[in-house]
Amino acid sequence: MFQRLPDISGTTVHFSIDGKPTTGIEGDSVAAALLVAGHNAFRTTAVSGAERGPYCLMGACHDCYVEIDGTANQQACRIRLRDGMSVLTQHGKRDLGR
Amino acid sequence: MRSDKANTVVIGGGLVGMATAYGLVRDGVDVAVLDEGDLAYRASRGNFALIWVQGKGAGLPPYTMWTRQSATIWPEFARELEDVSGVELHLSQPGGFNISLDEGALGRRAAMLQRIDDACRGLPGFPAEGSFSVIDANELRKYFPEIGPEVVGATFNPLDRHVNSLLLFRALHIAFKKLGGRYLPNHKTATITPGNASFDIATEKGSVSASSLVLAAGIDNGRLGKMVGLNVPVRPQRGQILVTEKMKPFLRHPIQTLRQTNEGGLQIGDSVEEVGHDLGLRLGVLSVLARRAVGIFPHLKNVNVVRSWSALRVMTQDGYPIYDESRDHPGAFVCTCHSGVTLAAMHANVVAPMIKLRRLDDACGAFSTQRFHVPAAA
Repeated sequence: MFQRLPDISGTTVHFSIDGKPTTGIEGDSVAAALLVAGHNAFRTTAVSGAERGPYCLMGACHDCYVEIDGTANQQACRIRLRDGMSVLTQHGKRDLGR
Repeated sequence: MRSDKANTVVIGGGLVGMATAYGLVRDGVDVAVLDEGDLAYRASRGNFALIWVQGKGAGLPPYTMWTRQSATIWPEFARELEDVSGVELHLSQPGGFNISLDEGALGRRAAMLQRIDDACRGLPGFPAEGSFSVIDANELRKYFPEIGPEVVGATFNPLDRHVNSLLLFRALHIAFKKLGGRYLPNHKTATITPGNASFDIATEKGSVSASSLVLAAGIDNGRLGKMVGLNVPVRPQRGQILVTEKMKPFLRHPIQTLRQTNEGGLQIGDSVEEVGHDLGLRLGVLSVLARRAVGIFPHLKNVNVVRSWSALRVMTQDGYPIYDESRDHPGAFVCTCHSGVTLAAMHANVVAPMIKLRRLDDACGAFSTQRFHVPAAA
């Protein structure tokens, strides 16, 4: 659904989504990189289990939660993509200790 | 101005007023509830949602017994209210803990609970084996494997429970209306004029007359009580609460300062401040609450807080409830306490039937305003 604008380029960043090696470019937010990689649903909700993805992309809606390097409930739109990041889509509520 | 009539008017649409009003309409009484609007001080929206017994009634055994009775009849009250309202209350009743990070504090707490037990021993329904147990940290790990090294132990009472108090609040309103009660918001009471066997209540939106009246207006009961010859010494007492993001269930029991709601968020609380009507939040107090929670469960240090709020408890001089009828103006009752969740079952199932019969019986005797009529010591 999402494609990069033709005039956007940069250094390639290697990371993984649910264990699958993927690439983004330097300067991407985690949310932007996931959207370009074709992930629209980042998580399922804590109460009903319905799918959710980034809505506001500016830190307000908290719908873009993912687990990053072992810590859950991270706002993907507010975190810059880094080389070697392990991003997991999140299912339901956060576990104490993750 | 509009003018209205009801057999019984309940002033106050919070948990205390609505539980009483629900009990009355269920018994066939024609009831109107006069409430303020959304900006009212509303302990019913800010409370900690515990149905809590341990520690209640130090110095007044009838209050211990009243609270125990409420916790005991709560499940039956909840079932009926859920049936009438169609709202699930998420009552959870596995017993509750008070967890201590300090050996001295645990000892003092156990001694306080023992004094309460000693004062109640032999009263009908009080368990011969005592009401509570003291548990050391090793045993506590069987209940809460995640507790940290600072924890020294806990006290446990099997009657302690918790509920979703916002859904309780909604359920009482829905059930009250379904059973024919009239709820009148934005009707803040200006004056009450006692007449010949009736009361005229002037509100900001017209007046209502009633042959019987229940004051359940929380911290406004002091002002309203004077209008019907009742001395109701209540004051606001602030409590602040932190709420975390939702997490997978890991707390199977409520803890006095910490509980996990049915949807997964943690409520962290139990602060006490005497600051009048100030509903502000103070970082100093909130950080103490957070620090204590992390001391109990170190994993919480990485968990995000998503909300915080304060609310005003409705405190009487001695901390016990007040149930009374005006001697000057019979038919005018007052019902007030700081435990609107814990005592909801009593207000609906025990106090409301007494008010319907226009007579508070001996069970309420210890909670009359007479106890405040003691000349101050020189």
